[in-house]
Amino acid sequence: MDDTKRYERLLNRFRDGDISRRTFLTALGAAGVTAGITGGPMGMLARKAMAATPEQVRFDGWGGVVSEAFEKYAFAPYTKKTGIEVVSGTFGGADEYIARVKASQPGEFNLAHLSGVFDYARYHGLELTSELNEDNIPNLKNVIPTLIEPLRKITGGTLSAVPYDYGTTGIAYNRKYISDDEAKAKGAKLMVDEAYKGKIGGWGEWKTRIWYGALQSDQDPNNIQDIEAVWDMVRAHRDLALKYWSSGAELMSLLAEEEIYVTEGWSGRIKALQDQGHDIGYHDPAGGLGWQECLFVLRGSPMAACEELLNFMLEPEVAIAVAEGQSYPPALDPQKIELGEVIPTLPAFDPTGTLSSLSFFDPAYWNENEADWSKTFSRVQRGY
Amino acid sequence: MAADIAGARKTPWLLLSPSLATISLLLIVPMLFIVVYSFWLRTATGADQVGFYLDNWIEVLGDRFYRDILFQTLLIAFYTTVICALVGYIPAYFVANTRMNSKAFLLLLLMLPFWISYIIRTMSWINILGTSGALNTLLMSIGIIDDPIQMLYNQQTVVLGLVHYLLPFMILNVYVSLDGIDKNLTEAAKSLGCTGFQAFREVTLPLSLPGLAAGSLLCFVLAAGTYITPIVLGGPRDAMFANLVFEAIVTQLNWPLGSALSLVLLALLGALVVIYTRYLGIDQIAKSFK
Repeated sequence: MDDTKRYERLLNRFRDGDISRRTFLTALGAAGVTAGITGGPMGMLARKAMAATPEQVRFDGWGGVVSEAFEKYAFAPYTKKTGIEVVSGTFGGADEYIARVKASQPGEFNLAHLSGVFDYARYHGLELTSELNEDNIPNLKNVIPTLIEPLRKITGGTLSAVPYDYGTTGIAYNRKYISDDEAKAKGAKLMVDEAYKGKIGGWGEWKTRIWYGALQSDQDPNNIQDIEAVWDMVRAHRDLALKYWSSGAELMSLLAEEEIYVTEGWSGRIKALQDQGHDIGYHDPAGGLGWQECLFVLRGSPMAACEELLNFMLEPEVAIAVAEGQSYPPALDPQKIELGEVIPTLPAFDPTGTLSSLSFFDPAYWNENEADWSKTFSRVQRGY
Repeated sequence: MAADIAGARKTPWLLLSPSLATISLLLIVPMLFIVVYSFWLRTATGADQVGFYLDNWIEVLGDRFYRDILFQTLLIAFYTTVICALVGYIPAYFVANTRMNSKAFLLLLLMLPFWISYIIRTMSWINILGTSGALNTLLMSIGIIDDPIQMLYNQQTVVLGLVHYLLPFMILNVYVSLDGIDKNLTEAAKSLGCTGFQAFREVTLPLSLPGLAAGSLLCFVLAAGTYITPIVLGGPRDAMFANLVFEAIVTQLNWPLGSALSLVLLALLGALVVIYTRYLGIDQIAKSFK
């Protein structure tokens, strides 16, 4: 029995005099409260109302120079052309954003600049994906196919997002204390080197810790055979580390202030440090971690309006400006689009457009283990 | 006559109804949601499985990991409270007994930290205690040390950050209590032969204990519920119970487990408040905000 039927029955019982006015209102109020936490009829009403109101679309991203570039090069001309306002919001991290989306009604959030394949699969698992009409996004043909295919695989051939940029999480080290040769020779094991005890950092995110734990125990991160060996490496790193950082700003501060000499780091953030004059080296070890970011359209969004905005954001002028702002190469295929002078100098940039030298999270494998590994990491981090 | 009495009885409830409605909507109803959530389950995809399951409660109450972190949290909150009490009593005593005309100014100084974001205040310690922070730079420049000392990112800096955050709450509570003591009592004790210290120990200190207890309760509850300070100033292992709630809800997207964890913390801290109210009275805390 669906909710509509249930409410009709309740109303009939009240009209027939089977239940008092007080009981009827109490039952209705309880249903409203329940709907607040479980979705249901009120949520459906909200979804219809949001989807039918394309006067504005909401975009959420990382803020800072990226949002400024979007505002200047994409949102303003888009609004001028379509009359649709873009309401821009920010978030501090992918986990925080997914929690906000989960608590919202469909249609409340529309587009977001999200981490690539792993989070794409998470949103799909939560039934938050939409289906883009690719005919409405002609600029999609300029995007590197290697970045599109993993997304298609997850959503059965269709897309709920377009790839937008990519980068790596490699090893960053202070050249005053660690030479390029040493970093290359030791690779991922540099971060479990006792010689640097108390001067090692690391991102306190379970996926990255496990990925590097797998490399440090000589395993394929996308096909771990001995997870206990990985946990041992995570423990070894934990005991040698001074600090797990939780944001790009913290990563930069720890390296710049020489609180730590070595950590894994995001290629764009390390480039920013280098540009500021800090002598920080960056090395993608064998099996180093690549990732992509995408522009995701959430279920319940006004699709045509979002597709048109995506097309604006994929215009080379916009994508290049954003890429230069955040120091991550755009997802545009360098074999098809002239990317200017700055982009080829960015770390992780692949002039071939194949990205064959990078390894990415296998979303099926990592999502399958996500619940178990994220919980176990929480314990291992605290000394277990 | 009977109608008048009935009307008079209803009046307080009518006057209270906006407050009761607000509290119900903003506090009790969300709390009930959390209780309901704690009996659901997280599925493999991160979605919630609606139903009545005791799994989260069995895990939270039966797993040593959560007990250990809870114990560590209470210990950190205890250290913080004791330090706040010891360090906070002296300025509170000074403000309460000063003959300066600028007592209002001193009280304003106590309130000043609240004008700055708690996160900014916490992060300021990085610039003070960091490897290239003010303290290390000073010690090296005057030749006491040759290399910077690693002072940050351990449990001590977590306690330091919490003391920094909570000290004004303690000082204000103790100040209110001291300010309410009749000065003639101390003079009377002295006239009966007490030394200044004896008068303080026998008269002032006992009479100020309710304020000290109220400040301690506030400091303890707020310290035990924090999660920002360990993130900013703690090392890889340093975590408090609220960090587990944050991780369960935000990182693991396990709202049912996070709900059960938050209810455990709530119940524990709620029990402390109940015990305090039973023996000392909650009105003491309210006085410091008047």
